[in-house]
Amino acid sequence: MTHDRPLLCVENLKVYFQSNGARAHAVDGISFEVREKETVCIVGESGCGKTVSALSILGLIPTPPGEIVDGQIIFSGQNLINLDEKAMQKIRGNHISMVFQEPLTSLNPVFTIGDQIGEAVRTHQQIDTEALFQYCVQLLNDVGIPSPKQRINDYPHQLSGGQRQRVMIAMALACDPDLIIADEPTTALDVTVQAQILALLRSIQKKRSMSVLYISHDLGVVSAIADRIYVMYAGIMVEQGNTDQIFRSARHPYTQGLLASLPSPSKRGKRLHSIPGTVPNPAYKPKGCPFHPRCRQKILSCQQEYPGMCDYGEGHLARCPVLFKPKGYPG
Amino acid sequence: MLSFIGRSVVQKTITLFFVSIVSFLIIHLAPGSPSQVDPMNPKFTPEMVERFQKEFHLDKPLYIQYIYFYQDLFTGKTVSWKDNQSVLKKIWERFLNSLPLFVVGTLITWTLSFPVGIRSAIFRGGIYDRSATFISYVLISIPGFFFAYVLIIFVVTYFHVPVIGMETFGIGDAPATYLFMDRIWHLVLPSMLGATGGIAVLSRYVRSQMLEVEGQDYIRTARAKGLPAEQVHYKHALRNALLPFVTMFGLILPGLIGGSVIIESIFSWPGMGRMAYEAVLARDYPIILTVNFVSAVLVLAGTFISDLLYLVVDPRIRL
Repeated sequence: MTHDRPLLCVENLKVYFQSNGARAHAVDGISFEVREKETVCIVGESGCGKTVSALSILGLIPTPPGEIVDGQIIFSGQNLINLDEKAMQKIRGNHISMVFQEPLTSLNPVFTIGDQIGEAVRTHQQIDTEALFQYCVQLLNDVGIPSPKQRINDYPHQLSGGQRQRVMIAMALACDPDLIIADEPTTALDVTVQAQILALLRSIQKKRSMSVLYISHDLGVVSAIADRIYVMYAGIMVEQGNTDQIFRSARHPYTQGLLASLPSPSKRGKRLHSIPGTVPNPAYKPKGCPFHPRCRQKILSCQQEYPGMCDYGEGHLARCPVLFKPKGYPG
Repeated sequence: MLSFIGRSVVQKTITLFFVSIVSFLIIHLAPGSPSQVDPMNPKFTPEMVERFQKEFHLDKPLYIQYIYFYQDLFTGKTVSWKDNQSVLKKIWERFLNSLPLFVVGTLITWTLSFPVGIRSAIFRGGIYDRSATFISYVLISIPGFFFAYVLIIFVVTYFHVPVIGMETFGIGDAPATYLFMDRIWHLVLPSMLGATGGIAVLSRYVRSQMLEVEGQDYIRTARAKGLPAEQVHYKHALRNALLPFVTMFGLILPGLIGGSVIIESIFSWPGMGRMAYEAVLARDYPIILTVNFVSAVLVLAGTFISDLLYLVVDPRIRL
């Protein structure tokens, strides 16, 4: 694997939302990077700030109420946060594109899929109508839509959920981007279709040597595609490492809890583990480690001090000083 | 498609039949009677009242009257009880008078409401949006007749422009261009007044519709594609926001015949609204019922047209 140069580097990103009362710290100082040709996953429960992080990379946070308070998003050497709207439009769809969670509502119901894919191309490139048509047919073919020449004139409602998501992927691929951000692209799909879409994403990534930032709450999916994993909780990164490190030797109690609640054949017939409590409201996060109210291994200092990142070596980091025992710690 | 048209024609004919019964009953249930057969009317002797009753079939039971009336209507023989003139001809004349008022008013309403509403939605919460909201509510709250008088006084005092009636009294033999301009001047104020309320309400609808669409996922997708803001707003958002207004567009058709009673009365405009109003006061049943029937036809035709328009603009609708 030759993915060493960072393509996208997010540093200390803070995105806050101002509602009527308190300020919601949706993303509270996260750092991560995506290297070339790499698949990086951000995992976390609903409401932990995954989607907000992804949207802020493309500058799609609705402002107000949202606001990027601090941090840097460096993509191919330029900081996207300071970019004006015009320059940002050149990046969106062209260098970084996005596949959204709900393929039904993410496609415009009154335009044909050919229109919507072609539009992405025409925005960034000069291309004549005939070539554009051929290219769109080619794209639909690449993402596995049968008889693309006919389907290109279909409207979104005429396609199945899986096909719609394939169209979304075709749209994201249209300008040959360097990075695709996939925000839970399989959540709205049933399991067989989910597997097909994942396989499609993987094969396309190999063929086009792109980077993928995959956002999910589904550890099963993540284990199948990720090179590296970031685990997010309440707006911060609690653990990061490659797939092996996370799945074999997770250090953070939250990651351990997530893994324990994953169903597997060996746990058949037994009650699945669940982490007690819920994700804190981003406007009222507990002091100290945000996970401490739900943590079984907490000590007194967890309620007071914000935990630092502890290095377990080889890129495996976890934000839990309690468990910081570098070698041979028994899970 | 053809079956849809056939089905809705049948359905709408049935609806129309019931509308005709109900409106006939309501008119006859209303207190008072036509002035010609009113026993309190000193102009008519009991013999004359009896003759009128026979002539108008008022001595027959209601269902016979109903059949007589609609028989006359469909053979075009209905006449006004007041002056014995053909009702259809009277309505047609008044309709031609109301038409320019309606067309200009509607054009002003629809061409101004959309830019105002769309701009408000795109720059929501800004100074433009707030002032547009404020002005809308002011215009909605001011009673039309009051606003009309204020405007009339203002225009007459400062611009010396004729405002009352359809044309200046006794202008008959002026050259054609002069006549034309005179008509235009008379049209300005009433049609603007008719439009103000419409703009205030419609621009609010446009704004809220546009706001709703702007919050949809596919708008985010459009932005994520790198489309310029204008294309996001005016192609992706507007196209979807327009859908409900297609329905409304079909429903403005009945406004053709209803006219605006208040505005036509204030400006002494000899239009449909005023004729219907005067017919109601005189209990001139043939005119009231004919106007009623024609407007019912227009309502049904309007819904039919909006159904068809929907078919054109929304690819999800198939018949």
